[in-house]
Amino acid sequence: MDVKLIAGLEIHVQLATKSKLFCGCKVGFEDPPNSNVCPVCLGLPGVLPLMNKKAYEYAVRTALALNCQMARFTKWDRKSYYYPDLPKNYQISQYDLPLSHDGYMEIPLEDGTTKKVRIIRAHLEEDAGKNLHEGLDHSRIDLNRTGTPLLEIVTEPDLNSPVECRILAQELQKLVQFLGVSEANMQKGHMRFEPNINLQIIDDDGREYRTPICEVKNLNSFRALERAVAYEEWRQLEEWKHDHDFTLEKMGKQNRGWNDARNETIFQREKEEAHDYRYFPEPDLVPVELDDDWLEKIKAALCELPLAMKQRFIQDYELNDYDAGVLTADRATAEFFDGAVKAGGSAKRAANLVTQFGLKTAHERNCRVNELGVTVEQVAQLAQLVEEGAVSSSAAITIFEKMLTDESDPKAIAEKHNLIQQSDAGALEAIVDEVIAANLQAAEEVKSGGKKAKKARGFLMGQVMQKTKGQANPKIAGELLDGKLKE
Amino acid sequence: MSEKLTEDQIRHVAKLARLNCTDQEIATFTTQLAAILDYFDQLRELDTTDVEPLAHCLPIHNIFRPDQILPSLSNEQALANAPRRDGEFFSVPKILDDSNA
Repeated sequence: MDVKLIAGLEIHVQLATKSKLFCGCKVGFEDPPNSNVCPVCLGLPGVLPLMNKKAYEYAVRTALALNCQMARFTKWDRKSYYYPDLPKNYQISQYDLPLSHDGYMEIPLEDGTTKKVRIIRAHLEEDAGKNLHEGLDHSRIDLNRTGTPLLEIVTEPDLNSPVECRILAQELQKLVQFLGVSEANMQKGHMRFEPNINLQIIDDDGREYRTPICEVKNLNSFRALERAVAYEEWRQLEEWKHDHDFTLEKMGKQNRGWNDARNETIFQREKEEAHDYRYFPEPDLVPVELDDDWLEKIKAALCELPLAMKQRFIQDYELNDYDAGVLTADRATAEFFDGAVKAGGSAKRAANLVTQFGLKTAHERNCRVNELGVTVEQVAQLAQLVEEGAVSSSAAITIFEKMLTDESDPKAIAEKHNLIQQSDAGALEAIVDEVIAANLQAAEEVKSGGKKAKKARGFLMGQVMQKTKGQANPKIAGELLDGKLKE
Repeated sequence: MSEKLTEDQIRHVAKLARLNCTDQEIATFTTQLAAILDYFDQLRELDTTDVEPLAHCLPIHNIFRPDQILPSLSNEQALANAPRRDGEFFSVPKILDDSNA
């Protein structure tokens, strides 16, 4: 028997505009309920929506980064919707002429290869408000979120494992953060996922079955997404094993919800019932035409994308996969590191400085690496000092720390605090000779190469370090010591 | 070309629109909607081969507002006409099927 998971993702990304999609109300996460609302987003009679230009441009920017075909003519439609969190009784969305279509996204897989996942479309629509009914006999409605701009991205069913679904979601988060079009903060619900999943099963007789496609609604974490897909993969196979009529032809599609506490999906409804959205063109909004000039202007705002940047760091800067991943986790860090290398710093040393000290400190101070008050030129110079052996790796961290408050160049700081390594072989040789002369027994132990040799060598190195107040370049001092104790 | 509308179709449309209709109303609407569809049949007689599809009746496009925050209503103003409220919230009968857009 051969079982293949087939999954596609529908992803909603909240765009980082200041105001809502069709009115000037603030997009705010923690404001008191029903305080960012006006007649437009409350759906009062006689109001007219007016589109936020930035929201459209952010949507186009993202679609371009997803390699989509851009529609030169796009329009909006009404989608019937009967829940009180969207009191107009319709959602303004896009139906037959979305602003973009037919793109793809490349995702890095765990085996080091990349996979191309096709994008069907990306369109701009409004969010609904929030229903709260935990422990109540009625529902409370907060309409602050109503009318917030959402980019809906729909992939082809090109994903074949729960992990691939999760990776795509995480890469998309990184992408929109890089592009500056969304905070993509999961805690604030800026990204929501709806995977649709089924199995292709070929039994031992070579007969092919397809299980019913299930759409799991509203997952709001990467973990829930991965687990929900994994659960469906297991559940659908179990159901099919139990009954070979558990197929798409016989059962149709269905919607399911995710119960995080119980770690399982729950049947909601047959999809056909809910399918009749009766879209029709939104008469209150005029179409948008995207001409060459405008498109070029939006293209100019595109930056190098995270995956491309990561691959460049690995290829051109010879970083390992892990460091390249850490450095491209957000755009500020990636550009800061890249800037330090371009300013002449050794890539490996600059990567160590940024990952070992810069990111940790930025995290402690709740800011980004580029906001620490240290310039890329300073980091570049510091990286070079380490590369040349003028300062040790540990001294470099100390210097970095001092650079947070001292604007001097790193070399001046190193000199001021006696952190320059003693790399002058001639001067070091004299010290090494001195140490050997004063510790003949230890020197003999190293020469004899017995059990005690390693410990004795460590002792002698320690003496050299002590005599130089820790400033001897350990590599050079070690070589001198070994050379003298060989014969 | 259009087939005759059935009462079941009207009931289906009413259900989608969350409307409760009496049998009498269903009968009335079936006749009325059928008459409207007849007008569309008349439109069908026109040759539209060379006519561009129209997305909007106004010959304008690209009407935007800048991304600028404008004052909202106060919570009190927002809730002033609500049939029921619960503190700062609108209050509605409990929603069981919590399906978002």
